[in-house]
Formats: sequence, structure tokens, C-alpha cells
Amino acid sequence: MWWQVIIAIVTLGCAVEAIRAKKLLVSAMWLAGTSALVALLLYILGAPEIAVIELSVGAGLVTVLFVFAINLTGEAAPPFRSLIPKPLAWVVIAITTGTLIWLNLPMLGASLPDVQGLTFQAAFWENRQVDGWLQIVLIFTGALGLLGLLADEKPHQDDEEVSA
Amino acid sequence: MSLASIIILVILGLVGIGLYALLITRNLIKVVIGLQMMVKGAILALVLAGRLSGQVNLGQSLALTVVVADTIVAVIALALAVQIRRHCGTLDLNDLATLRR
Repeated sequence: MWWQVIIAIVTLGCAVEAIRAKKLLVSAMWLAGTSALVALLLYILGAPEIAVIELSVGAGLVTVLFVFAINLTGEAAPPFRSLIPKPLAWVVIAITTGTLIWLNLPMLGASLPDVQGLTFQAAFWENRQVDGWLQIVLIFTGALGLLGLLADEKPHQDDEEVSA
Repeated sequence: MSLASIIILVILGLVGIGLYALLITRNLIKVVIGLQMMVKGAILALVLAGRLSGQVNLGQSLALTVVVADTIVAVIALALAVQIRRHCGTLDLNDLATLRR
């Protein structure tokens, strides 16, 4: 029990450090740590498949992408002044988390029932095929969008003629 | 304190911290980091809800879809940030709000 509490506290600590860190690269590393610990919590919850995917994609691929993007854009972080007044932000956060706590009150203290029925693989490949197709479409959309966004701008044809 | 309570507290913390980052920070890449935090809370919430309601596989399937969608969102957002930096020379949301180059 106590080690689950420790994992939860360390997860939230990593998340806070990811927001507090001044360097973007350090923030990305703390985010990777948060992802890894969330994957551990998913494993404890009885979802090892999702935990593995979260660990490889959330802590691996996304971190590499962040490092890539930070290298391309530079570490130029603006001064830490908020877009909206901080008291207003805290009020919004208090209302949001308060609502979530109120909605989750019946769940606090509930014990987890034993897992029964189909395995995850059987359920996903037999009953949730639409999810699979949706994920394939999403991956192709993401790859095409990334190629389009990272492509260098070609000079306009008229500009080429003028320069020639 | 049960495991469900601990996970609910982590979910609340991740959503709160992510929302704080979305509201307070001005760097576009840090906004994406905040969004990632909130989505991690949502993934945990989906798996926990599946366990508590007895529909384990439904919760896990939806969580898998959210992981994939979240990754694509991060990819597109970071590529957009790179292009914005090339075109506008800044990632400060306050400067970008004016829509001037």
C-alpha cells in the first residue's frame, strides 16, 4: 500500500517539476519521467498492454519528438509572466478540481473488482475493430501532417524566373 | 486508502497541473507539455473507470485510442511550433496573439 502512495507522490512531483523547470529540455525529461510512472500505475491497475504502449510511446517517442522540436526552435523561453492573472487561473483550477472531486466522491474508497470476461486482445480485435481502423487513420493523418508541416517552403515559380 | 482513491488523487493532480500549465505558461512547447499531462490523467481515468464498472476491455480500448490520438496531437503541435518559430521568430503566445509577422 505505502509503495503505491510513494509512486503517486513521485508522479505528481515529476509533473510539478515539468511545469516549474526553466529549461524546456529539462521539462521534457520530467515529462518522460511522469509518463514512465503513469505507465507503472497502469500496470498496477491491471492494464499491462496499455502500460507498455504508454511507456514506449509516451516516455519514448514523444520525448524524442520534444527533444527534436526544442533543438530546432532553441531554448528561448519567454519570461514567466502569465497570460491571465494568476488568481483567476487558481480560481479556474479550484473549480475544475472541485467539480472532479465532487463527481468522484462515490468512487473514493471503492475496492477494485476482479477482472473477468474476455482478454484485452480478444476484445480489441473482435469487438472494437472500429477503434483499430480509427487508429490507423490517425497514424496516417499524423504522418502526412508532419511531412507537410516540416517540408521546407519551395520558392514561388515567378520568383525563380525573376532571379534567372 | 484504497488503490482507486490513490489513482483518483493522481488523476486530479495531473489534470490540475496540466490546466495550470495551459492557463499560466506562455511558451508554446510548454503548453503542449501541459496538454500531455492532462491527457495522461484522462488515460488513467479511462482505465480506472473500466475496472470500477466491470467493463475492463472497453476502458482499455478507449485508453489505447486516446494514447494514439494524443501522440498525433503532440506530433502536429510540435511541427506547428517549429514552423511558427521559423516564420514569426518567437514561441511566446503573447506575441503570437497579435497575428503579425
